[in-house]
Amino acid sequence: MSLNPPAAVEAAGITKRFGALAALDGVSVRFAPGSFHALLGENGAGKSTLAKCIMGYYRADAGELFIGGRKRTVTNPRQAHRLGLGMVYQHFTLVPNMTVMENLVLGGERLPAVIDWRAERTRLEEFLAAMPFRLGLDRRVAGLAAGEKQKLEILKQLLLGHRFLILDEPTSVLTPSEATEILGLMRRMTDEGKLTVVLITHKLREVEEFAREVTVLRGGRVAGHGPAGDLSHGELVRMMIGREEVSPPAARAGGVRTGAVLELRGLTASSDRGVTAVRGVSLAVGAGEIVGVAGVSGNGQTELVEVLAGQRQEESGSIHVAGGPYLRTREETRKKRVFLLPEEPLRNGCVRSMTVAENLAIRNFDAPENTRWRWFLRRRAILRQAQDLIGRYGIKTQGPNARIEILSGGNVQRTVLARELSAEVSVLIAQNPCTGLDLQAVAEIRNQIIMVRNAGAAVLLLSEDLDEILELSDRIVVMFEGRLVYETLRGEADVQVIGRHMAGRG
Amino acid sequence: MDGNFDLGWWGVWIAIAGGALRVSTPYLFVSLGETLTEKSGRVNLGLEGILVMGAMSGYGVAVLTGEPWLGVLAAGLAGAALGLLHGLICNLPRVNDVAVGISLFIFGTGLAFFLGKPFIQPTAPRLPHLELGAWSSLPQLRAALEVNALFLVGLALVPLLNWGLRNTKWGMILRTVGDSSDAARALGYNVHRVRTLATMAGGFLSGVGGSFLSLYYPGTWNEGLSSGQGLMAVTLVIFARWNPVHCLYVALLFGGATALGPALQTVGITSNYYLYGAAPYALTLALLVYSSSTRHALAGAPSELSINR
Repeated sequence: MSLNPPAAVEAAGITKRFGALAALDGVSVRFAPGSFHALLGENGAGKSTLAKCIMGYYRADAGELFIGGRKRTVTNPRQAHRLGLGMVYQHFTLVPNMTVMENLVLGGERLPAVIDWRAERTRLEEFLAAMPFRLGLDRRVAGLAAGEKQKLEILKQLLLGHRFLILDEPTSVLTPSEATEILGLMRRMTDEGKLTVVLITHKLREVEEFAREVTVLRGGRVAGHGPAGDLSHGELVRMMIGREEVSPPAARAGGVRTGAVLELRGLTASSDRGVTAVRGVSLAVGAGEIVGVAGVSGNGQTELVEVLAGQRQEESGSIHVAGGPYLRTREETRKKRVFLLPEEPLRNGCVRSMTVAENLAIRNFDAPENTRWRWFLRRRAILRQAQDLIGRYGIKTQGPNARIEILSGGNVQRTVLARELSAEVSVLIAQNPCTGLDLQAVAEIRNQIIMVRNAGAAVLLLSEDLDEILELSDRIVVMFEGRLVYETLRGEADVQVIGRHMAGRG
Repeated sequence: MDGNFDLGWWGVWIAIAGGALRVSTPYLFVSLGETLTEKSGRVNLGLEGILVMGAMSGYGVAVLTGEPWLGVLAAGLAGAALGLLHGLICNLPRVNDVAVGISLFIFGTGLAFFLGKPFIQPTAPRLPHLELGAWSSLPQLRAALEVNALFLVGLALVPLLNWGLRNTKWGMILRTVGDSSDAARALGYNVHRVRTLATMAGGFLSGVGGSFLSLYYPGTWNEGLSSGQGLMAVTLVIFARWNPVHCLYVALLFGGATALGPALQTVGITSNYYLYGAAPYALTLALLVYSSSTRHALAGAPSELSINR
């Protein structure tokens, strides 16, 4: 299979509105053939919207698209594919119960009425031989690691002859070594002039390490552009968020005190599909300590947090807090001061249809200060508490009586944070607390977690973002296929070693 | 009849095997149809209604035309029409296919009883059968090996569907839609259309299964004709793990269970007749408990199935 050289793609003055909101406002970018071009920006900066306009998923309200110097109108993805443009999505578009070969054939230009598997196999083996990475054709997709699925998505695009590839946040589900491997391979293919790659990302490290050119988007406009090597870290941050630096990280104060506050003993639990997801997890977290659980998503972290939250029944093992068994009743949770920042906070930590004030009072609406004669709520006290927390935690809402579900993701997260951290905390369990938030909010939330730790709480932090684990944890453990497979102290942590264990190759 | 030889317990087994071949046909068709539907990611619980509707319309057309195969075709078309109805309603936003299926069950049965009133009296021509036991001198064996033509059609469908799901464009699209609607959309397939067509095809087969009841065994049309075969077929599909070949085995197993009571009668065990008659229902219950235990729940199920999310 020959690789035709890619064509230059240029978007000129693209504007896209959703209702009153302009997601893109006159954005112009040129992607030179054979370049590795990063589109950098925070969530909501318009990166994905721009990609979807180029690919024909959205129709731009204004602006033009030039491919190979010729003006083109792309109104649907099929048309974009015919012009050699391809996109690899954040969420995989593979069929889990099929094999690699079936998925590649399915992604092909057109499916024949009856499929000649032997001929397909010969054709695909020939194609794979010319590719920098390989995959077993008969493996089931459900059994592939995230990095392998990403490779399969890329192979699918290359098999179709697409030489202009948009990768939408490709590394969010990968281990660090998988990310380095895949981006390195893509960079090499662009250096050989076989491919143009557009990398949508919010990770500065990826831009600095792999991109040759970078365009920064902020609030739907181009905030900066240039060769990646010429822009400093500070300049990129300033372009991304519009100011020089986010709030500096809070200092870690006080050492870890002895004695476990939170203790898990041989915890085992099944997932919704009946598969054992948590396998004999034993772990102790001391006062004033953050233990970070690293791991690729889907290795049992969610089930573990659900057990700790009382949302899922454990099959064996036990949880102890401050020396006694912890059965996760409401009374115990309050007495032992256990708090929780779950992932998907709107689903796991809020009642969607209730107001911000009501959600802020979920922990203490029945406490003496909020009730009269024990049975009647004092709405005014609840409202006052809400106003206080909204101010202190900077929750952007129309008011305490707005329904929580209309708030943005970051503000839902802040609401839960305000509720969980405003009282005295002995144990804090947090899962992916910063997913989908902008840099400023991320910095604030991480500072809050450090402050809770400094005040003497035991913190269990589960995160798919290894940088976050490394920044916050006093001790790091790695979870793989439901087991804790590796443990190291903050000072001795080696990213390479941790990454290997995350991929199960300890 | 040259008198029954006394075969002892062998007679029971022969009768069960013969019963399995005879009674399994509606299970087989309905479960194959539901496999197609569920492979697309949708559940049709209205199969019982479609089955009864198929029995009625098949019988009616056979009475009116005198041609049983036209009846089978009519039963299939009636089933496809009900399948289409189910498919179209489920395409609407925020509609739950389980709830729609249950109303379709009640609607289909009611409609069949209403339209079928005039056909309770007349007799329709029966579907042909093959005497595969003609070589034997044992009347029991000859009776057991009287294989109806519709069963053979179902038997041929099994490898055909199994092959088609793996090796044809349509099979691939069906599995894609049932396994990941996101992937299907990204590949440019119309998920709603595929599911509607799959539900129609499933309805067609279920309708044909219904025509067996009125045109071969028991071979008349009345309101008590179906005894829940359509509902049990849903369990059967889960137990068969959405695999056409397993559907055949499980259909035979259910057929055999249904024939247990009459088979025991042949050796003179007549007490507890109704208890043995409950065998298929007990089997359904047992299989349901087994396959819904969280330990080995639903591995191999199409990921988009609503019972699965």
